[in-house]
This record gives sequence, C-alpha cells and structure tokens, in this order.
Amino acid sequence: MTGRLRRALLAILLAWLVGYPLLLTFAEALGAPDWTLRHFAEFASRPDEWHALWGSIWISLATVALSAAIGIPLAFLFETAEFPGRRILGTLIALPVVLPPLVGVLAFLFLYGESGLVARAVQSALRSSEPPWRLSGPGAILLVHAYTMFVYFYLFTRAGLARLDAAFFEAAAALGASRGRILRRVTLPLLRPVLAGAALLTFMTSLSSFSAPYLIGGTFRVMTTQIVFSRLNGDSVAATVETAALAAIALAGLVFLQRAEKRREVAGAVRGAAPARRRLRRGALVAGLGWSLAAILLLPHAMLVLMSFVPAGTWSIEPLPPVLSLSNWISVFTEPERLRPIVNSLWMAAAATAAALALGLAAAWTAVKRPGRLGSLLESLIAVPWALPGTVFAVALAATFSVRAPLAGRFVLVGTAAILPLAYLIRNLPLTGRAAFAGLRQLDPALEEAAASLGARPARRFRRVVLPLLKPALAAGASIAFITALGDFVVSIVLYTFETRPISIEILSSLRTLETGVGAAYGVLLAALSAASFLFFGTGGAGAPAGGGNRG
Amino acid sequence: MTPAFLQLDSLEKRFGALAVTRGVSLSVGRSEIVALLGPSGSGKTTVLRLVAGFEAPDSGRIVVEGQDVTAVVPERRRFGMVFQHYALFPHMTVGENVAFGLESQGVSGAAARERVAETLAAVELAGYEDRRVTQLSGGQQQRVALARALAPRPRVLLLDEPLSNLDPTLRDRTRRELKRVIRSIGITTLFVTHEQEEAFELGDRVAVLSRGRLEQVGSPEELYEEPKTRFVATFIGRSSVLDGTWTGDGTVRLAAGGVWRAAGEGLDAGQPVDLVVRPESLALTGREEPGAARALQAEVVERRYAGRAAFYVVRFDGAGGEAEVLAAPEAARPGDRVAVLPDPAGQTPRAYPKESAP
Repeated sequence: MTGRLRRALLAILLAWLVGYPLLLTFAEALGAPDWTLRHFAEFASRPDEWHALWGSIWISLATVALSAAIGIPLAFLFETAEFPGRRILGTLIALPVVLPPLVGVLAFLFLYGESGLVARAVQSALRSSEPPWRLSGPGAILLVHAYTMFVYFYLFTRAGLARLDAAFFEAAAALGASRGRILRRVTLPLLRPVLAGAALLTFMTSLSSFSAPYLIGGTFRVMTTQIVFSRLNGDSVAATVETAALAAIALAGLVFLQRAEKRREVAGAVRGAAPARRRLRRGALVAGLGWSLAAILLLPHAMLVLMSFVPAGTWSIEPLPPVLSLSNWISVFTEPERLRPIVNSLWMAAAATAAALALGLAAAWTAVKRPGRLGSLLESLIAVPWALPGTVFAVALAATFSVRAPLAGRFVLVGTAAILPLAYLIRNLPLTGRAAFAGLRQLDPALEEAAASLGARPARRFRRVVLPLLKPALAAGASIAFITALGDFVVSIVLYTFETRPISIEILSSLRTLETGVGAAYGVLLAALSAASFLFFGTGGAGAPAGGGNRG
Repeated sequence: MTPAFLQLDSLEKRFGALAVTRGVSLSVGRSEIVALLGPSGSGKTTVLRLVAGFEAPDSGRIVVEGQDVTAVVPERRRFGMVFQHYALFPHMTVGENVAFGLESQGVSGAAARERVAETLAAVELAGYEDRRVTQLSGGQQQRVALARALAPRPRVLLLDEPLSNLDPTLRDRTRRELKRVIRSIGITTLFVTHEQEEAFELGDRVAVLSRGRLEQVGSPEELYEEPKTRFVATFIGRSSVLDGTWTGDGTVRLAAGGVWRAAGEGLDAGQPVDLVVRPESLALTGREEPGAARALQAEVVERRYAGRAAFYVVRFDGAGGEAEVLAAPEAARPGDRVAVLPDPAGQTPRAYPKESAP
C-alpha cells in the first residue's frame, strides 16, 4: 500500500468515526431529506428546553467561578508557602480528578445525602424523624462539581506559578511595589493564560457533566439529562435536536474561550529560578488547616469504602452502621452475574484504549511527519470528541449505527457488543491522540535522522528510537483513556445492552434495588482500578495535567 | 588535487520560493577535510543535509566513489553524521548508541562489542559502554556522537557545527581532539561551521557559502590572501570597506581623497568599487610625514588594546567613512588627528565591483 493511500484511508476512517455520526445527527435535526427548521422551532417553543439550556449554561459558569474560588487560593498556598506535609497533601487533594465522576457522586451521596452518614448524625442529634436535608437540585450539583473540578484550577495555577521566574517579583519589588500590587499587576496577569485554560476545561467538563445532574439533580434539568430523558421517553427527534443544540453551545464555548486565551497569551513563561517558598510563621496552623481540608476532600471516598462493608438491609436508623462484613465483596467476586460487569468494563476499556492508541499514534505520525492540510484535518478530527459532550456522541452513534445501509457506511451496531467499545474508542481518541501529538512534537527529528544515517530502515527506526522515546507520553495518555472508558457512565447509559453492561450501569441498578453496599463495592473497585492505572502508567508523561479525561 | 572521492554537482534546493542552495558544486578528495563556512542562512547546513540524504535536491547530483547516490535513502548511503545537538539516543547507554549502526550492518555479539570498545578508545572514552548518555558532559557527548558515527566505518563523515554546543574553554581542546581522530582514521570529511577559526584549523580546504552560492573554495591562505569576491574578502578576517572609483591603471581613487594602489579583476575604468583593506595593511603616520600625498586625513575615534599592538578606528575627513588600522599600542589616542596610508609591506588592498544590495 502506498503512503498516500494509507494516509487517505486513515483520514476516511477517522472522518467516518468522528465526523460522520455528528453530521448525520445535524442532518436529522434539520429533518433531512426534506430540510426544515420545524424541529428547531418546536424545540424553541418548549419552556422546559429553555430551562435545561439555561440550566446547563449557568451551572457551568457557576462551576467555573466556584472552582476558581477554591482552586486558585489553594494553588497559591501550596506553591508559595512551605509547611509540614506540603508535598503529600498537595498530591492528595488532586486525586478526585482521576476518579470516575460517577464514583464521586456516589461517595457524596453516601456521605452527605439524605441517608448519608452526616445527615443521619444530624438527624439523630436533633431526634427528628425526617432527614435534615436532601442532597438534590442545582445546589447539590454545584457542590459535587466544585468538589471535583476545583482540581483543574488548582493544578493549572500551580503549574503556572512554578514556571514563573523569581526575577519578575524581584524586579517589581525593587521598583517599590507592595505584595498586593505585585499580585495584582505582575502575578495574575502572567497567570492569565493558565487561568483561561483552567476555565475552559472546567466549563467544558461541567457542560458535559451527566452523572451529577442525573443522580442528584432531582427535577432540575440540564441539556445532558434532558437528552437522555427524551430518548428514554422514545422521542428521538427531540433528543436529536437537543443534541445539536448542546453541541452548538459546546463549540461556541470552546471558540469563545480559546479566543480569549489566545488574546491573552503572554511571553511570560520565561524559565528562570522559581521563587523561593516562604516558610509561614504559623506553619503548624496552616498545616493543620491543610490536613483537615484534605480529610474533608477524601472523606467521601473513605465513606464509599465503609459502605462497601455494610450488608444490605442492616443499617436503618442507627447513626453508624451496626454490622460490617465482606458479604458485598464476596458477592461481587463470586456471583457470575455480578462479576460480569467488571469483566465487561475491563475488556471494553482495554480494547478501546488499545485501538485509540493505535489510531491516535497513526494520525499524529502522519500529521507531524507531513504537515499540511491533511495533517491539520487529522488533528482536528482527533480533537473533536474532546470538544463535544459525551452525550452528544452517544446519541449520534446511537442514531448512526441503528440503521443498516452499508453503502452509506452505516451498520447495525446498537445492541451488539461492538457499540460500547466503539464509543469508548471515539471518546478516547483525543486523549491518546493528544499525547501522541505532544510526544512526537517534542521528539527531536535529528534522532530519527541519526538512526537513518546509521543504516536503520524506517521500521527499525520506529521500533528502536521513536517508540521507546514516546512511551512515557503514550502511557500517560493511554492511562487516562483507560480510566475514562472504565468508569464511563454518560455514553454507556445510552448504548449499553444487558450483555455488555459496564460497572457504572451496574452501580446505577444496585442503587435502584437499594443494594447500596454492592454499589459501593463496585465504586471502590472502580476508584482503585483508576487510581492504580494512573499511578502506574499515568505519571510518566508531562507533569502538567493532561486534563479533560474524566468527563460526564 | 587528488581525484574526487565525493562530488557535489550543481546542487539546487528550494523551500517554496526561497532558493537555499544555488548551483553548489564541490569536489572532495579521499581523506580530505573540507569545511563549509558561511553565516547563518547561507545554506551550509542544507548542503550537508543534501549530502546526508535528509533532503532531496531539486536538481544536481551527489556522487561518491563514482556511485550516484542522489536518490539513495540516507540509511543506504553509509555516511556517518554528527549532529549539532548530537542526537544521542537518550534511552540507550553509550555502548548501545555506538553499536546502533553496527546492528544495521548485521555486526553483533562479540564482534560488535569489540568494535564498540575500539571506537570508544579512539575517542578516549574506553570503558564508558554502560554509562547513560544523559550522565555525560557536553564534551563527552560530542565524542560519543563521533564514535557512534564512525563505528560502522562510513565512507564519508559529516559534521554539523560539531563544536558549537561546547563552552569556549572546552572548544579549543575538543577541536584538536577531533582533528586528531579524523586524521588518524583518514576519513573523507565534510563539516559545517560558522566560525572561521574552526574552519581554518580543521579544514584542509574551506568552502565559503553566501546566500546559497559557493563563493570560493580554497586553502585558508588562499582565502585570506586572495579573496575572489567582496563577500569572502570581508567575511574572512578583519577588514574595512572604503568607497572609491577604479582608475584603470591598478589604482583606486578614494572618496575620502587620495589614490591607492589596489588589486582588482575585470573592472572598467571609472567603475565605482569597494576597496577592502585589512587592518594590518594600513599604517598611521604623523600629518607632515613623507608620502603624505597618498595619506588620508582622519581622526582616531576608538582604540582597542590587543597586547603587542592596538586596533584603531579612524574616521576620515569629509564623507570618507571609517577604517580599522593595526598599529603600535602607543601610536595614537582617541581624538588624535592622524594620517592613514597603505602599508607597503602589507597585503595590497583589493577592489570589488560595488554591490547595490548589501
């Protein structure tokens, strides 16, 4: 096969996977083949659609504000001050970002929900017969969002601060600026690009968020849940139009924020000596505060672990669970029907990640080696699934692959074991692809030339020089991709079948059947697998947050 | 000259609308060391990459030992290359780096180990096989890069700015080392540099490039004593450029006044010229001394002490421009009025057609 043909086939494959389902969805929303705006008019005439649309937007904006308010000060504290336990705490509080969102919501429910530990404690203290609150509605969503997404601001700001040259501050101080003025006039302007990046990531993540609004949104609707409910009600036309609308907001948000980011690009990231950390006078106090903060942040997950040891139906009115046993864990690992989702999730995530890695690497290789129009097309195609909420892709894939029209590139995959791995693969493409692009761009082309001048043919150059050097970046990308697929809920809920149900769907059904202990065991398992994958493979690459992995 | 071992024949390379090399032809004899010298952007690195095979010329040929390799991929040319930043494989040890090219040739096991040891010994890094390349100093990395390129016994050695990455104190020593190793192997070598000193010390001959064109190829002495073009005359060594007019009888009438004897080729009487003079070809005298007819009146504007002599920058009266003169350290002081005239013992100033573009 010639190189040209191979490149063309790659572009067609990616366009078919990424672009085609979206175009079909838009066409369907426009009533193809008799093109009409009727469906959009209907959409615009329904108040509940406007509520959901507005809900998505304001929740996302509020999430950005709240996450920034928590993440930025924390980053300053951990990056500019020195106190006992700073290093380990700094890492611990970033952990929520690698855990599947569904697990975070679950943990929150068990701790702060109406039948959670805290509510029960308050209830028994008040000797009331009613739970003191319900973890439900937009406030609850915001709480969960802020809890998981402040990490973006925290990590980005820390990385930005670490890159700043101490000479900036010394220069400002030598010019007589006070510390407040330095912060306002020097530090924050220099940090703008990273803050804009964090804001973009938070906004997009929040816009795509599904687990939190679905499980604790109550009657409050956002676009992602609206779409899924429309589909559950069998109104596929409404779902399609809603999907198109959500995609449009996501793209608008992306364009707007990226433009803002570009405009603010500062030449500031000069690498010199990083500013020395100040040893705080009240170090013990700050350390104490920091440790209690970490405890608060990790408490939900501790609660999840506790719940996994509570047998079904044993904890009714007591403030603390009266019985703890391994029964849930035994049940998960010994009953074939309970073990099945774990096996499903593992093989589907592994297959999807391997395929996404191969495709992402092939696209990056082509685009970096032969820059040009085809190269930029490949790069854009790889990035698209990142820009769009998972729900959008799930609906688009469901619509595209429920029709048999081989000549139009459509096959019936919905309802088969192939659809979920395919969906995970598409969602994983940006994660593995971006890692491959970054890795290849950092690779000095002279290394491959050196190998060539030493007589190595292309295959050997790739195997002996390129691949080993890309390994850390690829491992990091693959690890985030694997975690995302393993814990996926948003795509799975649209496309799963009973045979291929993944862990997340099983968690949902165990909540429905009030087997919370089993659900918690699954949650702990998912969290543990994710953390292990991240710690073993994910930390080899760029120190900066890969970002945007776990969404939905 | 020895018969050509490596022959570059009218190499042309364009990147878009930009012609990077224009009709570059060069013969390199067996075991000869040729330096490609030029300022940045002169196309010297492109010439080297064309020879290595990393770029394909738009036209022209590259011939080695009578074999046309223009269309041959780099991995089959058997040319060794040392990259500017060395391009050592960071995930391999020193030994693995040096053995890489041997594997391509099917040399492995004890034979490979032996060749690696031998090559490392040649660059004075015996016993370094198991070191990580990231643990080495800049000078050591440079030598590993050289050993890696030499181990497969290439036909031609190519070096891209081999010393530019070293700090100045290390450069002198490494340069002598490099020369010793290349000489002892007797390999045909083409190397790129922007430093005249490097080119002169390492190169048997030096090829001067400017804006993609080969200006002159010759020994260091030839380039210094008989520069063929204005570019070579000003690029090699120190010099000043004076405005004047070619008179047709071997002299130049200077804009600053006076008529000086000059060497020039293919010039017409009355043609405007640039007269290029070396600092050591000028002398300072008092104003009233004999020979004052040829002397130009000037003021000393700068003096730079250089041990047994000093460089003086003088500004000629009127619109005559400036020149640099080498003279005794106490010959004058800034602000002094002096007369400047050609030193009969020095190199005759050379006249070149005036160029409109810089």
